[in-house]
Amino acid sequence: MRSVANAGRCFSLIRSKDAGPFMLTLDLFFADEHCRRAFLDAEVFTAERIGALYGVDPAQVQIFDLADIGALKISFPRPVVSGDFGDTDITGGQQYALVVDLIGSLDVEGEGPGLTVRLP
Amino acid sequence: MPRAPLTYLALNGSLGTGFKESSLEAGLGRPLAFIGADSGSTDGGPFYLGSGEWIWSYAAYERDLRLGFLGARRLGIPLIIGSCGGGGNDSAVDGYAEMVDRIARAAGVTARVACVKTEPDRELLVSKYREGKLRPLPGAPTIDEGVLRAPGHIVAMSGAEPIQDALDAGADVVLVGRCADAAIFAAMPLAHGFDPGPVWNAAKIVECGSAAAMNRQGQDCILCTVEDDGFVLEPLDPPVRCTPGSVAAHTLYETADPYRLTMPSGTLDARSATYEALDDRRVKVRGGTFTPSDTYTAKLEGAAPVGYLSSFWGSMRDPVILGQLPSWCEAMKAQVDRRLASTWGDRYRFDVKVYGANGTIGEPTDAVPREAVLVFDLVGDTQEEASGMARAAYHVVLHYPVKEYRAGSITTIAHPYSAPVVDRGAIYRFTLNHQLVIDDGERSQVFRTSIHEVGKP
Repeated sequence: MRSVANAGRCFSLIRSKDAGPFMLTLDLFFADEHCRRAFLDAEVFTAERIGALYGVDPAQVQIFDLADIGALKISFPRPVVSGDFGDTDITGGQQYALVVDLIGSLDVEGEGPGLTVRLP
Repeated sequence: MPRAPLTYLALNGSLGTGFKESSLEAGLGRPLAFIGADSGSTDGGPFYLGSGEWIWSYAAYERDLRLGFLGARRLGIPLIIGSCGGGGNDSAVDGYAEMVDRIARAAGVTARVACVKTEPDRELLVSKYREGKLRPLPGAPTIDEGVLRAPGHIVAMSGAEPIQDALDAGADVVLVGRCADAAIFAAMPLAHGFDPGPVWNAAKIVECGSAAAMNRQGQDCILCTVEDDGFVLEPLDPPVRCTPGSVAAHTLYETADPYRLTMPSGTLDARSATYEALDDRRVKVRGGTFTPSDTYTAKLEGAAPVGYLSSFWGSMRDPVILGQLPSWCEAMKAQVDRRLASTWGDRYRFDVKVYGANGTIGEPTDAVPREAVLVFDLVGDTQEEASGMARAAYHVVLHYPVKEYRAGSITTIAHPYSAPVVDRGAIYRFTLNHQLVIDDGERSQVFRTSIHEVGKP
């Protein structure tokens, strides 16, 4: 089923924030290990996909798989430096919305150990 | 023989944002070695560093500083504040010292205040740049000597060492300009000889106050006890709890790299950290390694003025115009450009954000909103020019046509204020994200400390 409700179902926290004025960082906390496994198996969060989503060079996208706390951290340079003329989000606080859109575009079926995630 | 544990208290994550007096009182009943608070941030953008203005109000800073200062005086322990004013400007260090003086006089106490100023001499920066000793950090803009001589402010981020020197000089209060958040809380534990791995890991977590805890209702104090094999975090408000999950999750917050933290004297690697619940509200953290660096470095931050901003905004509700918003905006902008160029040449910058469509992120979108708010920003060399440009642009926007309504003039935006243009003052941009290599003997040139006796018995 495709739905943005899968963001709240499969994740317990999704947020974005400046890491200094020049970097943006996304934190994704999976709701449980089944969700983590399903999203990692489907290779949803790759440097290429995140780079395309945010308009940054995939070579500059760092992805940290924090298995012990069931989280992913994704960091990359801000396309516009915080506070430069034309910046739309000084703290970077709403930039995670593109990730929610991405999650909403995925086919998420089943639950628990049977949870599967498929890219469209 | 094991060292005696060292306990300290962080007032909150940003001086001036408040904490519960009852939490501070609970902390003052413990054997505290010092009280610390971070006062700085680049979160709000380049305005604070560029202008030297403070983030919160004087009254808000004064309340937190007064309670923290009087609590520290009662126990006879130091109070350490980093990144005064928000940007860490030299003028804010002076302003905080005056505030401490007033608080001390009113309370009839004296204190020895160490002011650590962190705006390096610009010519020193130019000579370091020529020596290749300004290293770009990830995402750094390209720079030249002009950037280092530009108006605005450049600060170097202090590590723990200038704070340790101030404490050695007998300071009761240490006020630091720009300061690495964690250095506030690492300086004294390091001076006591604790393992720098856990010390820096603890400092990195507590600089946000009680943010590493669950159930918190707002900013509040947190207690940290450094031991020989790690550290214990304990919130001071009874319903607030630290759990292994809440502490581990907080280590991710607003850092690009969840494990590594670079300080002037070396790098923390927190990959080996483990989190153990001591009970339902205290967490013990073990591990974390600190590797000293061969060279002593300080991160530089700079903010320079780019002009003066004037803005106006209005909402749009007509589905006929909203259905063609991108093309309407493009044609409207071209007409605004012609109008502004006729009077101000190329001395202006113009930007439109469409909230309700894609104003938040700016991505391309085909969706037609039911309503949209358009924000128009004009930048000129003076406020008077920017205001004039915004008023001229406002008139173009207000009546910019669509082909459907061909029989006469229309009004395209609704705005709630008379007059619609708001003059927002000077605006700034971040100009530096570099490491300054500090050679032997240069540290006291970059971080300049003075000692002042304040207050009155």
